[in-house]
Amino acid sequence: MLRHRTALVPSLFIGLLATRMFVGGAFGYGGDVKHAPDSLADGLAAWEQIYSVLTSPRCINCHTATNYPQQGDDRHRHFANVIRGPEGKGVPGLNCLSCHHEANADSTGVPGGPDWHLAPLSMQWQDRNDKPLSSAAVCRSVTDRSKNENMDGSALLKHHQEAELVLWAWHPGVRPDGTARTTPPLTHAQFVTATRTWVQAGTPCPKGK
Amino acid sequence: MAIYKLTVNGQRKEVNVDPSTPLLWVLREELKMTGTKYGCGISACGACTVHVDGVATRSCVLPISLVGGPIITIEGVAQDPVGRAVQDAWVDKDVVQCGYCQSGQIMSAVALLKATPKPTDTNIEESMGGNLCRCATYVRIREAIKSASQQLK
Repeated sequence: MLRHRTALVPSLFIGLLATRMFVGGAFGYGGDVKHAPDSLADGLAAWEQIYSVLTSPRCINCHTATNYPQQGDDRHRHFANVIRGPEGKGVPGLNCLSCHHEANADSTGVPGGPDWHLAPLSMQWQDRNDKPLSSAAVCRSVTDRSKNENMDGSALLKHHQEAELVLWAWHPGVRPDGTARTTPPLTHAQFVTATRTWVQAGTPCPKGK
Repeated sequence: MAIYKLTVNGQRKEVNVDPSTPLLWVLREELKMTGTKYGCGISACGACTVHVDGVATRSCVLPISLVGGPIITIEGVAQDPVGRAVQDAWVDKDVVQCGYCQSGQIMSAVALLKATPKPTDTNIEESMGGNLCRCATYVRIREAIKSASQQLK
């Protein structure tokens, strides 16, 4: 999908009208979008906003490429020898659920939400040295339906609007010392608006590695 | 304060505590079940491990308001064949030194064997990695888990 998209980008120079036709047709998401797609430039700008959220600690700490989650704004390795496990939920005796329950435990500073788990390795947004992947690379992963649980643009928008662990990022509770955890750089409403713009533009991805 | 109805080792219990109270302190202070130990208070050592709805759970960081199922503690774990086998193996292999962490160790070991009846060394290291023992009884813990696994054939 991305290769098709990238290869066709030069054709966009013929004008906005052609761009809109291209986005609505060749990207294949037009059928589930009610509004006319925005320009490619708008879509790419919206993606960069989305990327700023996805690579914030509340999101990327559980989108690792390694055998462990991270924690904290400095994204350090999760303490207590916690590991990923075969399903991203830890291992027997040391599951995510051993500490992370249905809701934040603000009296003890442990974050929680429904079905707390790591994102699958196919949705890793950082390299094995814990460095965030580029905007282009994360975009490729997010839009690759063989990696993203077969989500098209509409499903991605719904995921960003409603998924409980996504919503948790804006309600992350407090740290053990009682101070509030930081939230992503956009509000959730801004994040959803950016996602809608990006989806309406056909989920374009930046060029590059 | 609020009233919570719990099932602990198969018995119905009722406590009237602040919703933020960790389960550990409900067990120890309200129910006088002191087999579960306070170690670090931040879920880093595993000494406070109990089972909640079948999952090995760090009771020191679990507010009573979020308890979502029946609780099994070290006092009740031998009611189950796996728990019995693990406790027997612990005695047979003379695992314990000071003993402070051992109730948590046993609860994690039982959770491991229930999910993975024939664990490899890697399984044991991964599952028991969150349970610390300052006496460093790790070699005997691994031996006892393997022994219990054999007994449960």
